[in-house]
Amino acid sequence: MAMLTIKDLQVSYGVINAVKGVSFEVNKGEIIALIGANGAGKTTILHTITGLVPAKSGSVDFDGTELTKTPAHKIVSMGMAHVPEGRRIFQELTVLENLQMGAFTRKDKNEISETLEMVYKRFPRLEERKSQIAGTLSGGEQQMLAMGRALMSHPSIILMDEPSMGLSPLYVSEIFDIIREVNEGGTTVLLVEQNAKKALSIANRAYVLETGNIVLSGDAGELMNNDSVKKAYLGE
Amino acid sequence: MSESIENPEEKCYNKKDLVFYRIYDRKEWFKVEFIEQLINGLNLGSIYALMALGYTMVYGIAKMLNFAHGDIIMVGAYTLSVAVSSLKFPPALAIIVSMAVCSLLGVVVEKIAYKPLRNASPLTVLITAIGVSYFLQSLALLIFGSNQRKVESVISVKPMKIGSIDITGESAVTIGVTIIIMICLTLFINKTKTGRAMLAVSEDKGAAQLMGVNVNKTISITFAIGSALAAVAGVLFTSSYGFVGPYTGSLPGIKAFVAAVLGGIGSVPGAMLGGILLGIIESLAKAYISTQLADAIVFGVLIVVLLVKPTGLLGKKRMEKV
Repeated sequence: MAMLTIKDLQVSYGVINAVKGVSFEVNKGEIIALIGANGAGKTTILHTITGLVPAKSGSVDFDGTELTKTPAHKIVSMGMAHVPEGRRIFQELTVLENLQMGAFTRKDKNEISETLEMVYKRFPRLEERKSQIAGTLSGGEQQMLAMGRALMSHPSIILMDEPSMGLSPLYVSEIFDIIREVNEGGTTVLLVEQNAKKALSIANRAYVLETGNIVLSGDAGELMNNDSVKKAYLGE
Repeated sequence: MSESIENPEEKCYNKKDLVFYRIYDRKEWFKVEFIEQLINGLNLGSIYALMALGYTMVYGIAKMLNFAHGDIIMVGAYTLSVAVSSLKFPPALAIIVSMAVCSLLGVVVEKIAYKPLRNASPLTVLITAIGVSYFLQSLALLIFGSNQRKVESVISVKPMKIGSIDITGESAVTIGVTIIIMICLTLFINKTKTGRAMLAVSEDKGAAQLMGVNVNKTISITFAIGSALAAVAGVLFTSSYGFVGPYTGSLPGIKAFVAAVLGGIGSVPGAMLGGILLGIIESLAKAYISTQLADAIVFGVLIVVLLVKPTGLLGKKRMEKV
């Protein structure tokens, strides 16, 4: 059953049409990858889903709620978290304060500290550095913080935008392992990646975007063996 | 060097000479005089700091220079004056009414004038703010006329004397109130959820929204707090000076803006430091250099600080990490 259904979504920045009628769905428990080159519209789609960018037309249905008509700040409490491109952690706050911001809409203090324990378990490095100013963390640690911060809202679905960007290969593998673990813990994942190989290796299904349109879709394993995907995105 | 004067009574024309007479000691006299000027500076600086906080908080969160902020203190002072002398409100109630009126005004101005321009160029917003400033001044002119209106001091604290230093009741209250407000504001920003939301919005509006922070509400709260602080500044300012006119807010408004820039615009501790420093520099310049040149010296200090440290004393250089 589809938890998130995007229908004929169009988004434009002024005269530029960034997303030209995209439809796809994410089922509960899946990892879905959106892959494509720079400027294909991947980030724009995520931004439209969580309300940071308005849609021109089309619909985004999340568990029965129309997200294109929902203010951005109301979306996280509905169970959708977004790890934005470039991480966008709060540089001047401490690691712990960043994590607390992730639980901003939650009220129950006990539940919050339980989630915090869980996040610390998953990212021991964050616990070690909890009173450090977030801007002084390394790139990989900042990515972990951004993911931890998103998990603090206890989401049912998590959108991740280029989690591997700018990270050393060692960190990339670690981050992808964590994404898989998060998914195994019951959280649905919508993953946007330029690193198509890594993304397809953990995804159930994937959609390939090219200049604002979906040009291919299907089972991640099949796409990995698709000749045009191999040529264009896997460098084979 | 300490030299005594043979016949001090002959020189007793004013207060300073009286102090001189009492002490018989030039060195001691200079010390007393200096400390009294410092207290004057703290008094003035406290008022600048309270106003600078409004500038800096609004800049931090809405990324705009609200040049109508100075006129809010004028509105606060008029409200106080009407509440006390026409409506016969007790002072405490009058101050609360004045703060409430200013808060509401700040929020309404933001909703009507600035919110529609959220995505406009900074220059458009700046010009709008100047427009709002003229609008408020003209409105005051229309309602109260161009004559200055007398404001009865709501501060009924007697002058005090510590050692041989005289402190007026107004100074003591102004400095005390400012210290309390600064402590409360710092606690509010760092310890409450709303304060944390303000910090988050000032750093990254989009990311704050993803955390569930209502950006519009946070901006409104910031304008409300900034304007309430301006009202307090207005009350304290007119308690010391005794009059309010339509243009009462302009010069202090500009000085407070200078204070905010001096301390590093966007930084709350910076606004506090900048305001206090500016008040002290202005008082000392008036006392020891020249009354006429005092403002030039104040602005000169700003220029020097910005040449040496363009972000202001406590301003942070934003790291742009890709």
